[in-house]
Amino acid sequence: MSACAVWCVVEHRQGAVRDVTGEVVAAARSLDLGPVTAVVLAGPGEAHGLSRAVPGNPEAVLALEHPSLAGFNGAAVAQALGRLVGERQPRVVLGAHSAAGMEWAPALAAELRAPLVTDATSLSWEGNRLGALRAVYGGKLQARVRLAEAPTVLATVRPGSFEAVGSGAAPAVEVSSPELPATLGKRFVAWIQEAAGAVDITQADVLVSVGRGIGDAENLDVARALAQALGATLSCSRPVVDSHWLPKEHQVGISGKTVKPRVYLALGISGAFQHIAAMKGAGLIVAVNKDPKAPIFRIAHYGIVGDLFKVVPALTKAVKERLGGGRPGTG
Amino acid sequence: MKLAVFVKHVPDTAEADLQVAAGGRSIKAAGLPFQMNEWDRFALEEAVKLKEASAGTLTAFLLGPEECEESLRRCLAVGADRAVRVWDPGLEGQGPAGAAAVLAAAVVGTPYDLYLCGAQASDDGYAMVGPTLAALLAVPCTTLVNRLEVTGSVAVCDRELEAGWTERVEVDLPALVTVQTGINEPRYVSVLGIRKARGKPVDLFDLAGPGLDRDQVGRLGSLLTVEALEPLPEGRAAELLGGAPDEAAARLAAILREKGGVL
Repeated sequence: MSACAVWCVVEHRQGAVRDVTGEVVAAARSLDLGPVTAVVLAGPGEAHGLSRAVPGNPEAVLALEHPSLAGFNGAAVAQALGRLVGERQPRVVLGAHSAAGMEWAPALAAELRAPLVTDATSLSWEGNRLGALRAVYGGKLQARVRLAEAPTVLATVRPGSFEAVGSGAAPAVEVSSPELPATLGKRFVAWIQEAAGAVDITQADVLVSVGRGIGDAENLDVARALAQALGATLSCSRPVVDSHWLPKEHQVGISGKTVKPRVYLALGISGAFQHIAAMKGAGLIVAVNKDPKAPIFRIAHYGIVGDLFKVVPALTKAVKERLGGGRPGTG
Repeated sequence: MKLAVFVKHVPDTAEADLQVAAGGRSIKAAGLPFQMNEWDRFALEEAVKLKEASAGTLTAFLLGPEECEESLRRCLAVGADRAVRVWDPGLEGQGPAGAAAVLAAAVVGTPYDLYLCGAQASDDGYAMVGPTLAALLAVPCTTLVNRLEVTGSVAVCDRELEAGWTERVEVDLPALVTVQTGINEPRYVSVLGIRKARGKPVDLFDLAGPGLDRDQVGRLGSLLTVEALEPLPEGRAAELLGGAPDEAAARLAAILREKGGVL
């Protein structure tokens, strides 16, 4: 097997390698196709620093430096990788199914006319073809897919599906500067961070979290009453923020906050992977949902299948009864 | 501005018990409610807002058989000037790259200033059609957009990243953007409004249509094959607390005290 068997695209942001890169290297190892090469695409002067921080012990690092690659611009990444892949023909190019990967991977696949599977939770290599498992229909079923045979095939892997492996000795780094078109039609402008609000759900010991099943902003009072009785903080899943029922600072999810409370109560949350990835570290997870097949029940320790508008008031009442009419110190 | 939006008609599986159909590669659709893909509702709203602000035109495209037309009617009811359904029985089971190739063929003769797609579809979740379509149309692309502002020939887009971060980028028009949920509040469309839109024509673009490179569609369509749909492997499953709500709630309160250390 040649030295460029499997390439892993190193994801970085604001000068730091993102943790998900370790998972991508682990996904590459799961294929058992020989040496793993990490590919760093970076702005001028960034390549060596980023290369040293690549997790998962790749056998080699290939680095490309260009001003257009500084912001991990999807168009520039696809263009630069396209040329390199054409020259060196790795068997597989892997990346993360992240905000970055969702942009450069389809663009690269289209540029190369190469097969791509996105959002894979498992990979396999049989008879020169890449196979993958991926969740479909909101995580209710999985699809077994196979890519056509091609000189190079591509995949992005779902964050949280492969266990990142540790770092060891830094491998040799080869740095070059690709030629890129003068204009890519797309320019990076700025990073923007959400302003810190009054609530920090990452510090909460107990979270009462609501999802789409809450139905309307007015219905939040049902969850608020339970949160108050438990001395808990109110959090939510994405549809609640999209509907402006709660501000973004309450959102548990890959695009929101990652939380690790002692107790997490998921009310009317179906359990999209972006949500589960950000709360699965909670000590005790309890879910209330009408749908017994909701993916949240696969990660919860305890569950109640039922109407949250009946279950939650009953739970609030039961909690208050146990406390004998008041929780000390919470008012 | 000349705008194009691409929408998909998908089953609403949120509370459905899904069954795999004979052949093992698709689900039994009978009895499932269908609707416009959630991400596409936001893309449509954004397109209509841009159309209204620029006194432009909006064409809606959908890939699918006749029973998917309701989502195109919805586009017409919301404000699209024209609706095009792209289909041929030979496209059944086409992978995402093939779907993009067919949609590209449907628009290639009449270039638009801005193409809008949902960031992904709720059924297969590839998140591939938009960026692949952009590549095939040779226009710049930006994905997961949750704020969009067009000034002259440039679109300023905020892209949603992880952990509360956003990336602001500029793309030169013509361009394609894929839209993240929450970018706007899709307007309410009454059933009557959708029914009224039934009177408007829906154009059909099929494989016999002009501009279609059949070889390219066939090649791209066969890059990815679904071999089987199957139940998820056994994972940790919640211990379910049954009984009436009061009964289940009382047991849960006890668990929160004993195992959760609260109360």
